Order: sequence, then C-alpha cells, then structure tokens
Amino acid sequence: MTGIARLLMSGLLTWSAVAIPALAQETTQAMLDAAAKEGKVVWYSSVDVKVAEAIAQAFKAAYPKIDVDVERSGSERVFQRINQEHQSGIRNVDVVNSSDASHFLFWKQQKWLAAHTPPDVKRYAPQFKDPDGYYADWRATLSVMGYNTNLVAEKDAPKSYADLLDPRWKGKLVKSHPGYSGTSLTGTYAIVKVLGWDYLAKLAKQDVQQLQSTTATPKSIASGERAVMVDGNEYNMFIEIDRKSPVKIIYPTEGTPFVTSPTAIFADAPHPNAARVFQNFLYTVKAQQLVVDMGGARSLHPDVKEPANRTPLSKIKLLPDDPAAMLPLVGEIKKRYTELFGN
Amino acid sequence: MPFSLAIVLVLLVLVLLPMAWLAVTSLRSDSGGPTLGNYRQLVGDASFLRPLFTTLWTSAAVGTVCLLFAAPMGWLVSRSDLPGKRALRLLILASFATPPFLGAFAWVLLGGPNAGLINQWYYALFGLKPFEASPLINIFSAGGMVFVMALYTFPYVFTFIANGLDVIPGELEEASSILGAPAWRTALDVTFPLVLPALLAGFLVAFLQAMTLFGPPAILALPARIDTMTTKIWSLFQFPPQLGLAAAASVPLLVVAIALLRTQTLLMGRRGYSIIGGKSGAITQHPLGAWKVPALALFAVVLGCSILLPYGVLLRTAFVRNWSAPAGLANLTLDNWRFVFIEFSQTRLALLNTFALGVTAATAGTVLATVIGYLCIRRLVWGHSVLGFLATAPVAIPGIVLAVGLFLAYTHPPLMLYGTLAIIFLAYVTKEMPVGYQQIRAALTAVHPELEDASRIFGATRLRALRDVTAPLIRNGVIATWILIFLGSIRELSATILLFTARTKTISVTMFDLRESNDWGPIAVLSITMLLITFAMIAVVTRFTQRRII
Repeated sequence: MTGIARLLMSGLLTWSAVAIPALAQETTQAMLDAAAKEGKVVWYSSVDVKVAEAIAQAFKAAYPKIDVDVERSGSERVFQRINQEHQSGIRNVDVVNSSDASHFLFWKQQKWLAAHTPPDVKRYAPQFKDPDGYYADWRATLSVMGYNTNLVAEKDAPKSYADLLDPRWKGKLVKSHPGYSGTSLTGTYAIVKVLGWDYLAKLAKQDVQQLQSTTATPKSIASGERAVMVDGNEYNMFIEIDRKSPVKIIYPTEGTPFVTSPTAIFADAPHPNAARVFQNFLYTVKAQQLVVDMGGARSLHPDVKEPANRTPLSKIKLLPDDPAAMLPLVGEIKKRYTELFGN
Repeated sequence: MPFSLAIVLVLLVLVLLPMAWLAVTSLRSDSGGPTLGNYRQLVGDASFLRPLFTTLWTSAAVGTVCLLFAAPMGWLVSRSDLPGKRALRLLILASFATPPFLGAFAWVLLGGPNAGLINQWYYALFGLKPFEASPLINIFSAGGMVFVMALYTFPYVFTFIANGLDVIPGELEEASSILGAPAWRTALDVTFPLVLPALLAGFLVAFLQAMTLFGPPAILALPARIDTMTTKIWSLFQFPPQLGLAAAASVPLLVVAIALLRTQTLLMGRRGYSIIGGKSGAITQHPLGAWKVPALALFAVVLGCSILLPYGVLLRTAFVRNWSAPAGLANLTLDNWRFVFIEFSQTRLALLNTFALGVTAATAGTVLATVIGYLCIRRLVWGHSVLGFLATAPVAIPGIVLAVGLFLAYTHPPLMLYGTLAIIFLAYVTKEMPVGYQQIRAALTAVHPELEDASRIFGATRLRALRDVTAPLIRNGVIATWILIFLGSIRELSATILLFTARTKTISVTMFDLRESNDWGPIAVLSITMLLITFAMIAVVTRFTQRRII
C-alpha cells in the first residue's frame, strides 16, 4: 500500500469513527422506543446480589418497559463466563460490571466493547474513565480488613496485615479468593507489591478459612463464624454496620487496596439500545447516590454526597490499583495463590 | 429391525459418544497431537493425587458409616417389633429425597465451628467461648463432609439391607432358635451370612454415591482448603478450561465406578442361595423389650441429623434477618421471600429452566426406558441384551464425568449444544436412564406375556395387545418412572455445574452461586421451595403406585 493510500485509509477510519456514531450517547426518545421493543437488558455484575437487584428495581421504576436480568457472580467468574460464552458463539451479555479493571483492558484489546460515554461520565475525572470511551468506573470500593466486635476487643484488633501473622489469629481468619473475586485479586496484587509472596505464604499457615467472594467474608464475620477478615468489600462492611451487625472496619497501616469497578457495553450486545439506556442510568446522580447510600460503595461522580459516618477516602492510606500492570500477571497470581490456599 | 437399530443408535449417541470424546481428549495435547502428558501430570502431581486420595478414603468412610448405622436400622425395621415403622420408613424416604447439597447448606448453619447453631448451644450450655474452646462439630472438614454425605446416602444402604432381610425366609432363623441357639447366635451365624451380600452391596453403592457428589465437598471441604476429585475437575473448567487434564482426571472416577459396580453385580448375583427355603411364611418379629429405647434413639439421632435439624434450620433461616442471631421478634422477617420471589431476577428463569428440563427429561427418559424395557423383556429384537446393557451403563458414569464428556462432544460444530438447555437435557436423560429402565423392567416383569398372548390369539395385533392389555397394567409403573426421573433432574448439580450458562441456569446452580456470596436467607427460601416440590411429587407417586419406594 502506498503512503497516500494508507493515509487515506486511516483518515477514513477516523472519520467513520467520529462522524457516524452507531447510537447516540444520551438517552433519546428513539433509543427508548427501541429499548422498549428489546424489552430487557442483561447485566452481568460482580456487585453484591442485593445491591444489584436494588439497582435493577430503581431502573425498572424509571423505565417500566425495560426489564433487567441480573447475572451475579465473582468478577473472575463473570470474566470466565463471558469468555467461555464468546468462544462458544453465545451472545447473551449486554452490560458488564467487574471489580477487576484489567478485564476491561483485555476486552478492549479484543475489540469486544462498544464505545459509549454516558452524559454524566463527561464530568468524571480522567483517571476514572477510559480515554477512548469504552468504559468508566461505575463504583469503587476498598478491600478492607475487619473484625467481629463481640469476639475481638478493639484494643486487641489487628492494625496491619503484618499483625495477622501473630499466632493468636490462627484458625480465626477468613479470606476470599482471587480466583473468584476481582476485588480479592486486585487486593492480592497490591499486597504482593508491598509485602511480597513471602507474606502470603506465611499467612497460608494461619489455618485461614477460604471463602470465594469478597461479599461473603463480611457476612462471615458478621455471623461470628470467624473473628477477623483478611479481605472483604468495604461496601459490604458499611451495609453490615448499617444493619447494626457487630463488625468494624480496619484500614491496615500498610495501606488499603483501592479497587475500581468499571462497567461497559459489549459491541455485540443483543439489546444494544436497552444497554445504552441502562448504562446511562448507572452513572446518573440518582443511581450513584443509591449505590453509595444503600450499597455502601464509593462513587466517583462529583455531585454524590457521602454519608457522614464513613471515613472519607482522603483520610485513608490507599494502595492504588494498576490494571495495566496487573493484566499480564493475573494468571500467575491465581496460580501461586491456589498453590498456597487451595481452590 | 431398523427400529431397534435406531434405538441402539440413540443410546450409543447418549452414552458412548461423550465417553469416546473423553477418552480421545485425555490422550490429546493442546496442539492436537497424541500424548500421554495429561496422565503423566495426573500421576506425578500432588495436586491431583491428594484429591484422589481424599475422594477414595472419604468415600470408604461414608460407606462404613452408612453400614454401621443403616444395618441395625434395616434389621430393626424388618425383623423387630419396633413401633412406628411406617413413620420411620417415611422419614428415611425423606432423607433419600433430600438433595445432599441442600443438606450441606443446612449443616453449615448448624455445624459451623463458631456461629453454627449447634455449636452456639454447646458453647452457651457449658459456658464456653467460641475460638477459646474447640467446637462440638467442625463441619468444615473432611470428617464433616463424610458426616453430611453419609446422612443422605444411608437410605441406599438401608434399602438394600431391609429388602435383603425381607426375602430371607424366617424359617431358617426359626430352625436355629428351635435348636436352642440364643438370639444373638442366630443373628450372627444365620442372619448375618445371609445378609452379607446385601451389606457389601450397600457399602459399594454408598461408596459410589459419595465419590460422585459435588455439592458437599464444594460447600464443606473447599473452605477448609481440601479438594476432592469432583471439585478438582470443576476447577479445571475455569476459563480457559484445561480440557485434556479434566478428561484424564475423569478416568480414575470412571474406572473406580465400573469396578465397584462389577463387584456389586458379582455379590448380588449370588443371592440365590438365600431363598433356598422356598416360599416363606411370616417373618418373626423379634420382641425388643427394653431395647426399644436405644433402638428408637438410634433412629432419632440419624433422622434428627438428616431431616429434623436441617429442615428446622432452613425454615428458621428463611424467616430471619440474621441467621446466627437469636430468632426474636426483631429478627423475624419476610424479606428473604420477597427478595427471592419478587426482586431476584434469576428466580423466574431458573424455575422455568428447571421445570422445562425436568418435564422434558422425564418424558423423553420414560418413553425411551419404556420402549427399551419392552423390547428387552419380551426379547423382541435382535441385540436386546446390548440395549439393556447400554441402558444401564450410565449408572457407572459419575455425573461430573458425563458432563465433561458432553462438554467435549457438544461445544463445537456440527452440534453446538453448549449454552442451550439441550446439553443439560442430554445429561439428565442419560444419567437417569438406568433408574427409568430398572423401574420399567420391574413393572413389565410383573405382567406375564401370557396376557398379551391371549389377546393375540383372539386376533389382536401386537400393537393392539400392547395398547389394550399391557399399557393399562404398567401405567402406574410408567408414572412412577416419570416422577423419579423428574425428581432426579430438578435436584441435579454435579453435571449441571459444568454445563450451565447464564441463560440456562437451574435452581441448583443458582443456589450454588448464592453460596459463594454467603446469602443464606435466599438459599433457605429456595431450599424450602425445592423440598415442597419434591414432597408434593412423592405424594403423587405413592398415590399412583401404592407401593413402597423405600
């Protein structure tokens, strides 16, 4: 191909991408009519199932003609299911939410995602959205430690990851699994960066109860089945605290992994219009406030107010996530973790 | 002739095609060339040998525990004047009908070492504190898993033994006591050797059942970081699936299952000698006297652990906000029910899928089993013994192994069934075929061919004789078969767990998903729903057949 032709081609591509967007970005009447005809949106999400269904209920209240099918599982399981379906030629998912942000890098590389910027996302800070408009951080949470206040006195509670290696925590710890949970995986990556695999090898000798989801561990310490949680969603802890469960959050002194959780629309979504209406809804102040108030999450929307009883992010030492650096290491992290802690 | 060939073809596709794929895939490398690498990794890697060892010893333990409890229970129900036998048999039937994964859920709530309700009572009773004292029960252990598996496997052993004792003529024992032997001597020298084959067969069946379960190990052993072969195979299916390894890891399960069943056939084949006495009279019912109390206590403990406590805790959990807190007024709620039946968007799809699969698998399975049963028992076609063999062969294929085979056979052209209900349907029909075939055989054996012959002598065609004479006589058996396959299908987990996709979820995998996030309230609601459906169907089956299942 000559230089001129190549230039023309790339110009053509740019032009087509810019000038004829497949569908509008904002929710239009035509989009709503088409979405009503599609009848529903299929949402794969890793957020706690009750939070997910509450979002779905709020959406249905706003758009009664569009149903929401929620498929909830751990982020890594969601990723596996979508890839397995894609490989088998099954088109089912419209919108995805995962707490392993590296998934979106992978899907974007594979060209499986549709570019779509919800109107509210224009106001998000640049570090919380994809520059090409394929995804944005719908929510964020921290992978925190925690304990049951009936079983552990505040003065005895561990303050850091290093404290958990103390023999007195043997048989009392519960942990989620990075092979299942994106939050756990993101957290494991951050912990390994700070403390090394050596730390996890020592932790594995503490007779840790191995659960799957970071939504499960807060429920475990709330029930009193285990005393201390190594990792779990901050938002589930907020939910438990709002329910008056006897639990407290620990922000470890080494730093707390900050986990962003984007959503995106698939390019071959079976309900493309409903998907866009839903994606736009997810980032509205109303939905974001619901995710924060009822769902305990951190929002990246500038207009959302945090309840007064939650420690502001600015006062917590954070271990930021780094999806691009994590992506090539995901397989190895899961493998080494499973060797230490089992399935 | 072409008809029977078609039936053989259907069975070959159902049974042998997935197994052939399994064999071929296990011998193929990722690049497609032939290799023994998968097997080499299997025998050389501790992460495979340990689960295999765990599976073997826990299954043997389940078999032993079942024998220790079910053998005396079988003897008591068959040979003693124990009161309330009918009710006891009904409760044993209830344990049989309870899906083991459901029992495992319930036992997490009862036997969790610190929050489990039994341990909470234990700590409260003795003024102990969780974590400081060791718990009464730690359900998250290999022992806990064996305990729960035995609770839902013992009915198989019980049935073998009670039925075995029922066919041993009482005269043999009477002769022994007339000759002056004390009761224990008669039991040891006469009854025991006669019932030994049934005991061993019961052990083997319990072993086989325990070995193939996926729910209890995944729910109880994984949190303690213990893998069994079924959870190991399942973990190999996480994307990207390691198909060659999964296929190779399925082979040991298949080989052990076949060996167990061969041994069992050999043992049961010898039972002829136990009915030497000819037509026997009434069986003597040994008076228990004061022994009634420990005898009833045995039933109380076993049935309490398998039925009363689990059902109780599920019912309680379904109606409270916080399952581990006292069930005071402030804790009571209908939220779990509202969530499951109004908010949870998977309930409707999962119920629909489960019913669609149950009804279609039961219908297709019954039709197939009836046709094969009829052809085999009347020896109407050439090759009927092959038909009979193929129809019973799936009994040796553990559910998860069948699922691996089906996944391999139907995730690529020409038949892309993965992602549809059809692949799960095939799994259910194949898995339930032996049950259906045995049921139909039993029904048909009871109808003497003379009845059909009479009809034919009067000029009826074979089809007419079948329609007017045989069909009405086996109707109840056919209905019972349908319901048994339906029940087997709606509770299936170990094969479904590898074959479902988001659109083809069933109630059982939906519950398994909820377990991974510890949502016990909704799990309890779905459990109760499933049990209600199950018992309603069993009520129907007993009404139609008017005979004992257990």
